[in-house]
Amino acid sequence: MKRLRAWFLAPTWTVMLSLFAAPLAIILAYSFLTRGTWGGLTRPWSTESYQRLADPIYLGILWRSFWIAGAATVLCLVLGFPLALFISRAGNRKNLYLSLVILPFWTSFLVRTYAWMFLLRDTGLINTVLQKLGLIHNPLPLLYNDGAVILGLVYGYLPFMVLPLYATLERLDRNLLEAAADLGAKPWVALTRVVIPLSAPGIRAGAILVFIPCLGAYLTPDLLGGGKTVMIGNLIQNQFTTARDWPFGSAVSLTLMAIVLVLLLVFVRRQEGGLV
Amino acid sequence: MKKPGVKWLAAPLAIYAVLAYLFLHLPLLILSGFSFNESRFTVWQGFSLVWYRAAFQNQQLKEAAWNSLIIAIFATVAATIIGTLCAYGFWKRSSPVLAGSLYMSLVTPEIVSGISLLAFYQWIFRFLRVQLGMHTVILAHVSFSIAYVVIVVMARLRTVDAQLEEAALDLGANEWEAFRYVTLPAILPGVIAAALLAFTVSFDDYVITSMVAGVDSETLPMVIYAIARRGVNPVVNAISALIVMGFGSLILISERLRET
Amino acid sequence: MESVLELEDISKDYPAHRAVNAVSLDVGRGEFFSLLGPSGCGKTTTLRMVAGFEDPTTGQIRLNGARIHHLKPYQRNVSTVFQNYALFPHLTVQQNIEFGLRRRAENHIDQRVRQVLELVQLTGKESRYPSQLSGGERQRVALARSLVLEPDVLLLDEPLSALDPNLRKQVRAELKNIQRQTGITFLFVTHDQEEALSLSDRLGVMSGGELQQVGTPEDLYLRPRTRFVASFLGLVNWIDGVGVRPEATRVTKGPAETGARSMPARVVQSTFLGNCVHVEARMDAGPTVVAEVSRLGESFSEGETVDVWWQPDDELTFE
Repeated sequence: MKRLRAWFLAPTWTVMLSLFAAPLAIILAYSFLTRGTWGGLTRPWSTESYQRLADPIYLGILWRSFWIAGAATVLCLVLGFPLALFISRAGNRKNLYLSLVILPFWTSFLVRTYAWMFLLRDTGLINTVLQKLGLIHNPLPLLYNDGAVILGLVYGYLPFMVLPLYATLERLDRNLLEAAADLGAKPWVALTRVVIPLSAPGIRAGAILVFIPCLGAYLTPDLLGGGKTVMIGNLIQNQFTTARDWPFGSAVSLTLMAIVLVLLLVFVRRQEGGLV
Repeated sequence: MKKPGVKWLAAPLAIYAVLAYLFLHLPLLILSGFSFNESRFTVWQGFSLVWYRAAFQNQQLKEAAWNSLIIAIFATVAATIIGTLCAYGFWKRSSPVLAGSLYMSLVTPEIVSGISLLAFYQWIFRFLRVQLGMHTVILAHVSFSIAYVVIVVMARLRTVDAQLEEAALDLGANEWEAFRYVTLPAILPGVIAAALLAFTVSFDDYVITSMVAGVDSETLPMVIYAIARRGVNPVVNAISALIVMGFGSLILISERLRET
Repeated sequence: MESVLELEDISKDYPAHRAVNAVSLDVGRGEFFSLLGPSGCGKTTTLRMVAGFEDPTTGQIRLNGARIHHLKPYQRNVSTVFQNYALFPHLTVQQNIEFGLRRRAENHIDQRVRQVLELVQLTGKESRYPSQLSGGERQRVALARSLVLEPDVLLLDEPLSALDPNLRKQVRAELKNIQRQTGITFLFVTHDQEEALSLSDRLGVMSGGELQQVGTPEDLYLRPRTRFVASFLGLVNWIDGVGVRPEATRVTKGPAETGARSMPARVVQSTFLGNCVHVEARMDAGPTVVAEVSRLGESFSEGETVDVWWQPDDELTFE
């Protein structure tokens, strides 16, 4: 039986080793090489690429990525918590309401980002309507700035926040709220002192699930930031295409991976119902 | 059934929920609606299929859509088979290292997966006389779809009584027959749901695909992206509406199957 | 008696503990043999080793004289009725019963399925799914699914425990009847001593992974070799190191029969149980005993002074 089981896992092992682990190992090696004259890779081995990360330009990009991802995460939490609370109290309609959250999430990410370009651009729906109503004369600069990027990320990853929040709120013992009310807690106190602290695991899971993809975002800042909002993802892409500095691009990639790993190790505790 | 104690919240929460759902769905509905607009500007001029006609007559779009379809079908079939076998293996006995690497592949930023695959392919090509093309895209898609398949199939397997396979072995079925005739029929809805999911994930991918695609393997998201970077285009609105409807129905089917 | 199944010095070790320790056992052809014991005593592990789901750490298992402990479950002509039945939910009754025959590519499948359905009285339910059947019907499908393969030994893992108590007695009788009709050897695992005593030709009592004693129901009930066997098969009064069953313990206001061992006692409680009365009495020497007396005889009230006595022949003694 044991030998048979090995065959079931063998294809996945093969794919993960050759198309996930090996590529990461290669950029690990590249990150310690030097950029050649024509953009190739040459020796000597050095840690120069990592040292360059301390340059204020790149530290600025790192800081900006953290700031944007953090803002998107906080907004997702603020917007997602009441929605999750609503769904968890929806009785037998829970599944329907939950599907309504999931459905747009599985719709093409690219199309969803594009939809915001359609709405936010100078001649987009929002500006057109505001101008028709006479509220503004010149279009507001809604697109191609940090705000648009954060909006796009919130729109893209809100379901990642709602799902774990819903899962913890759903498990909350309804008697707890009664008990809190019974002990004289005002509804607002019951909410802030009982419900929110007890949903901490969901908040933590949701925050990490939103923060990680936002930190490594490439598509959203590129389309909605219009090249002005450079995040880590754009920096990496740039090093591998226009700048042709693969060692530095690799070093940035691995730094991003390291940050993701640290975040996971710190914030994700062993959860029930995982893959193993 | 309403939970007691926070009744005062019910009405504000319901109003909030309506707004939240509008936020989630309205952008796509508006975009889809305006894809039928005769004018190329954001002013409604009348119902027209002119942009759909333009999309269907665009040779580049047609080729890209065809490429995306081929890539998604091959990647889906491979990822579904490989991922289902893997989930089955995990069900027999857990493998923390492999499960951990699947999780890692899920949380790795797409841009990192993309450039590392590009670097890997370039390195391999020094020894083999091949180039970037459909095959490199398909392999990349297989690698990032497997984790989705494993998670969906695993969830289904958890509902299956492990003793059923013992019963099958006991009645004279060998290991393969026990899987083929007992476990596979029990998890089939989950496997199909996983395949639909893998298909949408593959069909939609831009970031990784754009790094590992060759000259002959431009996909639909790549064309849309190239146009979108130059600004909004009514032809893209029409394609977007088609994708929204297509994906929406696939995911609805997938969700339905996961529940049965 | 010709042996069909022989276990020779079987042990099973798990990383943390030894589940079965040096069990040896012969089961005769056509016999109804039970393994009885509390949960965790190793009886189910023993059954699973015979079925092939667990490999013995040491020892041998022989079926019809041939060693089988290295064979896969599907290479052994034994079949199991599982505690939760393990019916295939996506297959009908007919398909569930056919399953084993199809794997062996046997002939006359329809006819054999019809015969076994008749035997377990499920004719007419062929196209039902397990979810559409009652608990008792599911149990009979599980039985039919195994019986149709005509195994050398049918292994039954607490097959009655999932049924409600009323049904259990009825199914018990049917089970015994089917075993007699088919002549198939049954190896029956249970923790219910009444079930084991009433069904078995012979039984073995297990405790702590070891086989304590093997014998006929009378042997084990009347001549238990250990205190554990004695207590597990029924109530025992322990008086000065000897055991006396409640039905052999007598309570009278007058003197004891000649030759009996007798002790003065005081009635603590008298409980009417319908078919008999349990009289609980504290003896002046210390221990409290329970005597099962006829409801037609003398009646006793709390505090009365009585004689408790029994015949030396009825004493349970241990080496």
